[in-house]
Amino acid sequence: MRSAKLILLILLLPVSVGAEVRVFACEPEWAALADEIGGDLVASYSATTALQDPHYIQARPSLIAKVRNADLVICSGAQLEIGWLPALLQKANNRKVLPGNDGYMEASSFVMRLDPTANLDRAKGDIHPQGNPHVQTNPHNIALVARALSERLSKIDVINSIVYNENLEQFITKWERAVGRWEDAAEPLRGKRAITHHKSWVYLLRWLGIEEVENLEAIPGLPPTATHLGKLTSEFSEGGADVIIRAPYQHAKPSEWLSERTGIPATILPLTVGGTEAATDLFALFDDIIARLLEAVEDA
Amino acid sequence: MRIVGFTNAGLAFLLFLALPALAVAQDNEIEDIRSAIEELRSDYEARISDLERRLAVAEQNSTQAVHAAQQAQSVSSQPAVSGNSAFNPAIGVVFQGFLTGNDGEAQEGEGFAVGETELIMSANVDDKFAAYLTAALAFEDGESELEVEEAWVETTALPAGFSARFGRMFSGIGYLNAKHSHTWDFADQALPYQAFLDGRYVDNGVQLRWLAPTELYMEIGGEIMQGEDDPSGLGASSVFTNVGGDVGASSSWLAGASYLDLDATTSLSMAHFVWKWAPQGNWKERNFVFQTEYLERRASNTETGWYAQAVYQPVQRWRFGARADALDLDGDDPRRYTVMMDWSNSEFSRLRLQFARSESGIGDGNEWGLQYIHSIGAHGAHAF
Repeated sequence: MRSAKLILLILLLPVSVGAEVRVFACEPEWAALADEIGGDLVASYSATTALQDPHYIQARPSLIAKVRNADLVICSGAQLEIGWLPALLQKANNRKVLPGNDGYMEASSFVMRLDPTANLDRAKGDIHPQGNPHVQTNPHNIALVARALSERLSKIDVINSIVYNENLEQFITKWERAVGRWEDAAEPLRGKRAITHHKSWVYLLRWLGIEEVENLEAIPGLPPTATHLGKLTSEFSEGGADVIIRAPYQHAKPSEWLSERTGIPATILPLTVGGTEAATDLFALFDDIIARLLEAVEDA
Repeated sequence: MRIVGFTNAGLAFLLFLALPALAVAQDNEIEDIRSAIEELRSDYEARISDLERRLAVAEQNSTQAVHAAQQAQSVSSQPAVSGNSAFNPAIGVVFQGFLTGNDGEAQEGEGFAVGETELIMSANVDDKFAAYLTAALAFEDGESELEVEEAWVETTALPAGFSARFGRMFSGIGYLNAKHSHTWDFADQALPYQAFLDGRYVDNGVQLRWLAPTELYMEIGGEIMQGEDDPSGLGASSVFTNVGGDVGASSSWLAGASYLDLDATTSLSMAHFVWKWAPQGNWKERNFVFQTEYLERRASNTETGWYAQAVYQPVQRWRFGARADALDLDGDDPRRYTVMMDWSNSEFSRLRLQFARSESGIGDGNEWGLQYIHSIGAHGAHAF
């Protein structure tokens, strides 16, 4: 009986080896997570790079072709991709990955989203009614999404569900150890005050106990204005903040301008995998974020 | 001196006598202090270990609470997938208007004009269909008009990369044909579209699209439309194809060809090419688009037309564009050269200044215009 099962398993193996689960990730962090959980069983593709603002992406033909062939679409959600993902889904003619099906998941719906708002007025700029979508900057959120992703992969690729579960457990063990290490290392950052270009970092700052005192954008999504920067210069000329943070794709000038006039160090933080040369995977991403923050704060 | 000496000696003697007693007293006191400290220490140790224990319990409780909260959250928020809000369709309105002037001989169409106000509604019908409506409110010659631009239903669940659309729709031919006027890069439609399709080809019928399962984007589509003046009601048909891809991280392209059989005597062939560029593909601040189309209309005679345009956004909000249109008609070959500059406060508002020079057999003319495009409510993602 047992040997019969073994033979059956061996017969099934080559079939499952050839059929990779094709994962279309809207952002690099979810493609990296799919690689951690799926290993060789998935082929992941990221629609955006860390050097692109994920709010503003063209619904390019290449992306439509990728969605057409995908088994799973994983995106941050909370309307981050509202300007382009619906156009891809409409043109791709792939029912598997439409919202509501197993092949579609929004990472931000598996974590505690911060700052949801019921006050929907575009006069307030780029507002996300379901809360801030940049959830990947808190590693605890990554762990929650990892569990959801493992469950989803197991549903899509039932034969390999044991592997996904094993990979998940291994990842979580490694991840929790790393989170402990990051939290110890980041102890000197607790209570520091940060000025950020855009509200991309609320999860990171909340996690590390850093206070977000101001944004360079007066209205979310609109470029920083001279008036607002002037106001910030006088407000922070005597200190009041320890670091100015921006993502690699955000314009360097506003934060450098403010840094020159106030002496507050300005730093680029990788918002996702690939944002800096060091941020090669999810572990290296947080290693680099913490290292860069510590360096900036020490310079102050 | 001696007194002092004695006193010192006496003091020393007295001290000598008193020392043992003092020592005993000190010993007792030290012992007392020591025991008091010991007492305090054991007391504090007990209290500290008690506190530590309580802290550990509290921490464990809070981790459990956080975990429970997170689990509850992940469960409760699972259905909160962003789609069309509740059961209401997504509703949006686009406002457009112009202020124009010209130095032509006709002096027509000058002054203020409210362009088409587009009312857009869309939603999934159920698990297999989605529906879309655009109605244009226009105000012309002192009368308000409501025109149905598009009203179609589309399948969402066909297998193997197929989708079908039926109802009234902008045909899938060409590149500009299916673009709503608020997404145009210039205030007016390209000349060949104006000349050969009266702006665009819109009709009632059925459209079938198929997307190949390839790395390269490859779409093939066909339509059967009502057409004009055809008693059978199936007077027009079209086929179109699009291919496209990326070149590196910064550039992407789309090319296509279409054929429209308008009626027994008229047909239209079209070809288009679009190139888009942004540094590292980061569209928000700097970007560049080049697009060109060629149209050939065959009826009793053959007429052709083309346009080519380039639009550059050097900084967020500001765009500059230039376009050349040309027609090769029977007996005339009009040309038009247009430049424009627009400013977008956000992706929902745009103000545009445009200048055009026309040259044709009838005469030359200059035209300038100021345009606004503002949208409220839900705004669908724009196609490439």
